[in-house]
Amino acid sequence: MLRMTGIGKSFLGIRVLRGIDLSATAGEVHAVVGENGAGKSTLMKILAGVHQPDEGTVEIGGQIRSFAHPVEAQRAGVAIIYQEFNLLPERSVADNVFLGREPTRRGLVDRAAMDEATSRLLDELDEHSFGPRHLVKDLSVAQQQVVEIVKALSVDARIVVMDEPTAALAEHEVDLLYRLIRRLQGRGIAVLYISHRLREVFDLADRVTVLKDGAHVATVAATDVTTAGLVKMMVGRELDAYFPPRAEESAIGEVLLTVRNGGNGKLDGIDLDLRAGEIVGVAGLQGSGRSSLVKAVFGAEPFTRGEMTPTRPGSVRAGVAAGIGLVTEDRKAEGLALNQSVRDNALLVARAIGHRSRAAVSDLLERVKLAPPRQETEVKYLSGGNQQKVVLAKWLTVSPRVLLFDEPTRGVDVGAKAAIHDLMRELADSGTAILMISSELPELIGMSDRIIVLRDGRVAGHLPAGSAEESVMALAAADGVAA
Amino acid sequence: MKRAIPIFVVLAGLLVAIAAANPFFLEPAGFLAFLKRVAPLAILAAGQYFVIVSGEFDLSVGSLVTVEVVVAARLIDGDEAMTWPVLVLLVVIGLLVGLVNGLVTTKLRVPSFITTLGAMLILSGAVFLWTGGAPRGALSQGFRVFGREGVWAVAILVLVVVAAVLLMRADFGRTLVAAGDNEKAARLSGVRVDRVRVFAFVLSGLSAAVAGILLGGFAGVSAQVGQSLEFQAITAVVLGGVVLGGGRGHVVAAIAGAFTLEALFTLLNLHGISGALEYAVQGVIIIAAVAVGGLRLPSLRLSPSKV
Repeated sequence: MLRMTGIGKSFLGIRVLRGIDLSATAGEVHAVVGENGAGKSTLMKILAGVHQPDEGTVEIGGQIRSFAHPVEAQRAGVAIIYQEFNLLPERSVADNVFLGREPTRRGLVDRAAMDEATSRLLDELDEHSFGPRHLVKDLSVAQQQVVEIVKALSVDARIVVMDEPTAALAEHEVDLLYRLIRRLQGRGIAVLYISHRLREVFDLADRVTVLKDGAHVATVAATDVTTAGLVKMMVGRELDAYFPPRAEESAIGEVLLTVRNGGNGKLDGIDLDLRAGEIVGVAGLQGSGRSSLVKAVFGAEPFTRGEMTPTRPGSVRAGVAAGIGLVTEDRKAEGLALNQSVRDNALLVARAIGHRSRAAVSDLLERVKLAPPRQETEVKYLSGGNQQKVVLAKWLTVSPRVLLFDEPTRGVDVGAKAAIHDLMRELADSGTAILMISSELPELIGMSDRIIVLRDGRVAGHLPAGSAEESVMALAAADGVAA
Repeated sequence: MKRAIPIFVVLAGLLVAIAAANPFFLEPAGFLAFLKRVAPLAILAAGQYFVIVSGEFDLSVGSLVTVEVVVAARLIDGDEAMTWPVLVLLVVIGLLVGLVNGLVTTKLRVPSFITTLGAMLILSGAVFLWTGGAPRGALSQGFRVFGREGVWAVAILVLVVVAAVLLMRADFGRTLVAAGDNEKAARLSGVRVDRVRVFAFVLSGLSAAVAGILLGGFAGVSAQVGQSLEFQAITAVVLGGVVLGGGRGHVVAAIAGAFTLEALFTLLNLHGISGALEYAVQGVIIIAAVAVGGLRLPSLRLSPSKV
């Protein structure tokens, strides 16, 4: 049914996929697993025609296909159900199912036919809790997922891709999803199932393909592998990276920040202590609340419950005033004003809060090792690594006591990565408390003096420095894997 | 500043062409007359620049200019002693209209295009209601001197330019541009985005007050004195290479845009082309300038999807 061979893809010169093979037969549920950033979503977007592969071929039903546009993939029988659904909330179920290909009669949309066809498909799926005329915004997440599946069936999809379908579902809804998937299977549809949750993989999948760092690790029958074996394939990696030495016990000083029972819409019962001189790593799957945690501590998405010392910031300005800085995950969207100069970006925080004693920008740029240290260049022309150094410089101007890093080295080249790691350790050594999120387990383990694992907006556990990747993954995914 | 170079080249070319067609332009009196004519639009362009670079629009300045002139004529009514109190009042009106525009845009989250379009209609309606279509009263000599005497007009223009440049170099200006470039990043850096934007609208209102004071003396009292000035100001700013949507462009280039627009009108006039064409010319310029700006605009906001 489906055969992808030797798929490779780069973004902005960074290779995110190489030599990936993936196949699926009719009626098969094929799980694709891997850590954050392993390349799962990109691979699926290539199949869906959202991205075009730089190398490799996609074969559907024995024919080589190349999709310039998602519509072409849809016509070839590929339906993809994203984590965030592509539904119009204000329109009816039937409108959504037939969006862009409404049946017409004498030039007018034939609503009766749409409703009837939608009803029939809902019946086939044994779904009677809502009908074709309901507005999508009135449906639950699980029901909306059914709409997406109906949409896929209505275009006679032969391959259905589900990207983390259970991420937004409640426990009892997951069982319903399983039933739906079994029905798809029964119709001879190949289902590609992407998930972090290994339990689901074993519940559903016939075969499993493991991706790691954009490469293909293995494809195995689900019955031939154990959970521990899968985790090992997902994370097992040669430790070739160099990390600066961790903090000595004696170098870790007073507590600079505490959170007790902190919570808001996305977090609950958070306890956290940050001490001068230490780097605390935060691990967790996508959606576990890692970014929410740093944004709450910083004051951008404040805690609404719980205690925090020295102060619980209710706004970014309050956070900055309390000596907290945040190096955001997405530097282009949240970190930098791209059309402004290096100098203007480096001084942004100091100017925003009217900070008096400004370190000379040239000294700062030297400290973060910006190369070349030209102050007038617009930051959009810099490499990812240099841009990240400018974000760092922006915070160093105001000498924060607590610095939060959300994916400090994402999309950064190896050299800049090492420079940023060194700088983080240097900051810790000079008495800054650092909290770092990283989806890259080797980085997280290599840098952290201890690790906090989040799951579903709560602290799932604490791990000491140098823990094994397997134990971190096990805590994060809570699949009961022995560490 | 690199983006600003083309506008200065165009301006220089136009000035040479005017001088060739009319040698009087090169004499001090001729050039001063040109400066006096440009001053109100240049001041409006400076005010509009602050708003545009922060990512917003101010369509209300034309109507505001009319309000200023009509109010001044009615309250002064030829009485010299009223000149200074009324000048103060005009400035206050300008600041207030700007403040309201800014607060409605930032606090009520009404897009500035709509806020200031509404303000434009409200102010026009108020003028019409108050005057019945024909403004009454007269300006004093002491008031007219600002727009009539080239030295005064030029002095005020220079003051505005210097103040605008200094503001843009100060923390306010730098954070304003950053907010216009990337609001989210600015907020996450602690910039009070709403506050700097409100201040930009206040500056635009102030610039309309000053432009109104100059135009009252220069063009006289009428209910049409400010008509379409908001579009001229926006055209001037865009012509100066300032990007609609915010974050890019220099205030001096925006002011040079006003000079260029006025020089273009002067040149058309010298060659006997009807003033009626001015609107069409503006229309072409604004579309062309934005189109050219759009071509340069890389789609940097589309960061690569998460992998």
